Amino acid sequence: MLKKIVIVGATSAMAEHCARLWVQESPKVLVLAGRDQTKTERVAQDLRVRSPQSEITVQVLNFLDPDCIHEWVEGVTADGVPDIVLIAHGSLPDQMDCQQELGLCEEVLTVNGVSPALFAEAFANPMQRANRGTLAIIGSVAGDRGRKSNYVYGAAKGLVTRYAQGLQHRLARTNVKVVLIKPGPTDTPMTERLKADGVNFAEVSDVAKTIVVGVARGTPLIYTPRKWILIMMIVRHLPRFIFNRMDI
Amino acid sequence: MAYGNGRSYGDVCLNPDGVLWTTKGLDHFIAFDDETGVLECEAGLLLRDIQQTLVPRGWMLPVTPGTQLITIGGAIANDVHGKNHHVMGSFGDHVLALRLLRTNGEVIECGPTEKADWFAATVGGMGLTGLIAQARIQLRKIAGPWLETENIPYTNLDAFFKLADGSEAAWEHTVSWIDCMSRGEGRGIFMRGNHVAAQEGPQLKQGKKTVPMVPPISLVNRATLKPFNFAYYHFQALKSGKSRIHYEPFFYPLDNLLEWNRIYGPRGFYQYQSVVPRPVGQDAVRAMLQEIARSGEGSFLGVLKTFGSRKPIGMMSFTQPGVTLALDFPNHGERTHVLFARLDAIVRDAGGRIYAAKDARMPRDLFESGYPRLSDFLQYRDRGISSAMSRRLMGS
Ligand SMILES: Cc1cc2nc3c(=O)[nH]c(=O)nc-3n(C[C@H](O)[C@H](O)[C@H](O)COP(=O)(O)OP(=O)(O)OC[C@H]3O[C@@H](n4cnc5c(N)ncnc54)[C@H](O)[C@@H]3O)c2cc1C
Repeated sequence: MLKKIVIVGATSAMAEHCARLWVQESPKVLVLAGRDQTKTERVAQDLRVRSPQSEITVQVLNFLDPDCIHEWVEGVTADGVPDIVLIAHGSLPDQMDCQQELGLCEEVLTVNGVSPALFAEAFANPMQRANRGTLAIIGSVAGDRGRKSNYVYGAAKGLVTRYAQGLQHRLARTNVKVVLIKPGPTDTPMTERLKADGVNFAEVSDVAKTIVVGVARGTPLIYTPRKWILIMMIVRHLPRFIFNRMDI
Repeated sequence: MAYGNGRSYGDVCLNPDGVLWTTKGLDHFIAFDDETGVLECEAGLLLRDIQQTLVPRGWMLPVTPGTQLITIGGAIANDVHGKNHHVMGSFGDHVLALRLLRTNGEVIECGPTEKADWFAATVGGMGLTGLIAQARIQLRKIAGPWLETENIPYTNLDAFFKLADGSEAAWEHTVSWIDCMSRGEGRGIFMRGNHVAAQEGPQLKQGKKTVPMVPPISLVNRATLKPFNFAYYHFQALKSGKSRIHYEPFFYPLDNLLEWNRIYGPRGFYQYQSVVPRPVGQDAVRAMLQEIARSGEGSFLGVLKTFGSRKPIGMMSFTQPGVTLALDFPNHGERTHVLFARLDAIVRDAGGRIYAAKDARMPRDLFESGYPRLSDFLQYRDRGISSAMSRRLMGS
């Protein structure tokens, strides 16, 4: 039997590169969930060429509607829970725009924080019942401490962190594994605007490799690239009087 | 200006003070037909991904350059060639169709028979006719990933040309490393190879090596060149003879030595690649080697190869029937440019041309004489696109 993997937010560059690695290992049953039919289909078509033996389906749904999410997850898990669920969607706004426009601020909080949490919750129930599977969620180093340059996005990712922690606690005595991934700045279309600032971006294919290995092992918390464990440890512990003087 | 993977040696993919469109995200396969070998894909896909995905299924790119870390768009825009030009021609000969996006919003679908003029302008068109978004390519069938190869040392240019001529009928891939420090004699190692049907062969060695840092001065200098080339020649001569080898180390020897260009130090290097017509080829190559030996400049990586008689499709394609010599020179400023001027004179007199993909300095008159279809080509340029090279060589 082929392993079944469900990817929520399959057009995200990180998710896509994980999918490429997964089908390269061996053929898979892949369910790709996206918000846009054409874009998700493009990802699926690429994977079908890479792995003709895989069974790949595309499903489009509303990521912000709890009822839609619930119903969809019931459908996907009806004939057995997946071996791996990867929740990967997100969007990176301009912090300044969020400060000006509450509508945008709300959308960013919902897309990056509430929506991933709802998906995680919806999958947690059937996985706990089946007592198997790995639930992986992409958070961000931005969720570790609020900073003036992106705290709206960071707050949403902070929600994901706490949520994953709670799920890990809840499922600790089961066979279900919850993996929280915190990537540092990575070279993807989402970060296109920031690249001009000269930040040192990780290659998305390298980040995906770390995720795939971490998910296979069921590692509870993955920083990628690994140097971010140390960087964020320092950032989290900097005393406020120093932190507040920093332009970050 | 479209940017592939930046593997061109000169300024053809640069646009100082302007905008570059990275095609990194255009890296999707669209379709592949296992029966016919027709591949459809986006233009930012790396040749490496195509080879690694499809070689195990018995299909391979018919033409590839000495590195697979380049994109489909870059391969088309420079109409790149490989070691098998005399059999397969250049990359553009295997492109069935492409989709070109123009800055005025036009979308042009073209191919060898459909809108053939647009196709001829875009293949080898240096990214100046628009952005190539997608392409359809005919792959070639192979039985496995291995080649049967033979290395033959030679001690002068006569011997090289005899080997080249004698190998064309029976060998698909031919190329030679040439020791440019050997006083115009042209000693070197001739390498030839054929795909084999064998189901067994050496497995790929895993792991890549990285040149760890940029040394303060070039490691390629008068003190190292002669001994290196001497040692390389004799080492390879010892290994002469037949062997079976995986396609990756055979086609792409530098790809596993990451950042190899660092050995040239902070000032970097130039590559100088020319092609001259066959009738005057031997004399021209000898004259160039003599100039190089006299100048005291030199290179580790001298490559000498004959092109077949196939005419390229592109108006601005580099390949033409004849013999091509490619050399890397550490950048020693004025000294290096003086040598290039001498080499230019030889190429000009021989009726040859210089490869734009590897150029950063050729004079405009040599560009114009080398590429006689330039004025046709200019009619197809996208007015919204220019590069460092187009401004240098075409004035805009
Ligand atoms: C180690 C090494 C060995 C090599 N060996 C060979 C060889 O044997 N034979 C040979 O022919 N070449 C060889 N080359 C040169 C190389 O094959 C070419 O320069 C190739 O075009 C580089 O492709 P790229 O994707 O990196 O494109 P870039 O270098 O980024 O761009 C090259 C040109 O293509 C254009 N371009 C790129 N993508 C697009 C697009 N989507 N649409 C329109 N235009 C586009 C750019 O505008 C630019 O003009 C070698 C290079 C290296 C580093």
